[in-house]
Amino acid sequence: MERYYQPEIECAPVEQIKALQDERLVKQVKHVWDNVPYYRKKMEEKGVTPDDIKGTKDMYKLPFLTKDDLRIAYPYGLMGKPLKECVRIQSTSGTTGKRVVAFYTQHDIDLWEDCCARAIVAAGGTDEDVCQVSYGYGLFTGGPGLNGGSHKVGCLTVPTSSGNTERQIMFIQDLKSTILCCTPSYAAYLGETMKEMGLTPDQIPLKAGIFGAEAWSEEMRQDIQNTLGIKAYDIYGLTELSGPGVSFECSEQSGMHINEDHFIAEIIDPNTGEVLPEGTKGELVFTSLTKEAFPLLRYRTRDICVLTRKKCSCGRTFIKMAKPMGRSDDMLIIRGVNVFPSQIEAVLIAAGYPANYQIVVDRVKNSDTLDVQVEMTPEMFADNVGEVKKRQAALEAGLRSMLGISAKVVLVAPKTIARSEGKAVRVIDKRKI
Amino acid sequence: MSLNQISVFVENMPGRLQLLTDALAKNRINMRALSLAETSEFGIVRIIVDDLEAAVSVLKEESFIYTVTKVLGVAIPDEPGGLNRVLNVLSGRSLNVEYMYAFLGGKDAAHAYMIFHVQAPDEAVSALSEEGITCIDDGNLANL
Ligand SMILES: [Zn+2]
Repeated sequence: MERYYQPEIECAPVEQIKALQDERLVKQVKHVWDNVPYYRKKMEEKGVTPDDIKGTKDMYKLPFLTKDDLRIAYPYGLMGKPLKECVRIQSTSGTTGKRVVAFYTQHDIDLWEDCCARAIVAAGGTDEDVCQVSYGYGLFTGGPGLNGGSHKVGCLTVPTSSGNTERQIMFIQDLKSTILCCTPSYAAYLGETMKEMGLTPDQIPLKAGIFGAEAWSEEMRQDIQNTLGIKAYDIYGLTELSGPGVSFECSEQSGMHINEDHFIAEIIDPNTGEVLPEGTKGELVFTSLTKEAFPLLRYRTRDICVLTRKKCSCGRTFIKMAKPMGRSDDMLIIRGVNVFPSQIEAVLIAAGYPANYQIVVDRVKNSDTLDVQVEMTPEMFADNVGEVKKRQAALEAGLRSMLGISAKVVLVAPKTIARSEGKAVRVIDKRKI
Repeated sequence: MSLNQISVFVENMPGRLQLLTDALAKNRINMRALSLAETSEFGIVRIIVDDLEAAVSVLKEESFIYTVTKVLGVAIPDEPGGLNRVLNVLSGRSLNVEYMYAFLGGKDAAHAYMIFHVQAPDEAVSALSEEGITCIDDGNLANL
């Protein structure tokens, strides 16, 4: 039976959710206008005042915020509450050097932890569970967010934080952890290590995993589910909006329900900024409805995504977002073709290679080169150069048909590609353009 | 009667081969024969060791990718035409030699030892012994 953390809102009629969003948006725009001069100025430049925003139908009138705005306004320029009322910051590295620092009041933290608790309950968590949080604790939102959610659900929380694989496995075994929260690449690594130790899935007490903070593919999910003997659930979030729990997966495992009482999601054309109809692929934009200390309106995530509102078998009525198909930041343009690391990952896993890989892009004599470094496995190795090269060529053919451009496969020794205990470095772009 | 060879994957980069020889040396495993097949990016190091089991467990421990293959170890009379005689026997049975390399040193001055990779090593062993040519196996490696 499906269980919910806050069924009254998670399963509310869509009209009720939309009415709540209208009401909260009007209030939030007024809060921002009154308290965030940086955004007020942007509104004035566009000739918009809070009076123009009567509900979500007027959202398109509001200016966007981008990572650039966060950089310009760093560190205090987008705050909606005086520092005196804030109790916490979290931070993530920005793409352009300056870090992103987000502020929280106690109220903000409470609501964020509720969102994480919804994700844990959707993954089957109850107060009977032992929830091991192997996301990093500290500035990174992963650890603190899931830690708070786990407390709210009443799980026995094991705050291992990231790293120290041996100790992670010891706690999983000794404390019989049933839920694991970490990045998918670390989950894959833990699974691989436990397999090497001779542990079969039925000897591993875990039953569910909540994995996010980096891109992963459906194939990688299958991989993790098989080695750990669990159901693997996706979770999505951004430090700018709170952290993990902006959206989360339910038992259907077919997209993440967005916590619509706290966030409004839009899909826009990344080039024109025009709002696109539901079901269309485009850039995901979020407006936070309830955050007091760091209330971002129409924040462009750079994630390429699709939204769909369909009746979900889990009973939740929140709109669902697909797994982001790539970040427009991660998207590589190689010889004029858009390439997402997730596409490369899918080919590797389908061919039986580990999900640990690195993409090296370079420019030689004015032409882009794409190397995919793959770790050799016992299954792929043979005592015959010709045979190994044949397998390498087959993989290159698979990549060419998926990407539309040729890639060179470089076979490397196992464990030579750095394992991520935080976010994986998948792409090295050496081009100087 | 069989001789086992370990083939190890190494990247074609400075120092990678030495990682392998280091791991074996540290564990006092004696290499009796070695050959390297390489491309510009990777190589396959083929070795014959005096203690197969110990070598395999070291490689596993150190996360090397390897595979164990049956090969032919042949005692070739150290005289003109010695190798030719062996090859004659094999080609007479249509046993194609995919690669071959020399065995390192020996206490036996009358013979040179060579490692051959053929599709059907067992058949090759019996064909050679019918012609009075001796083959070696894992068991008598240490005496050579
Ligand atoms: Zn659902």
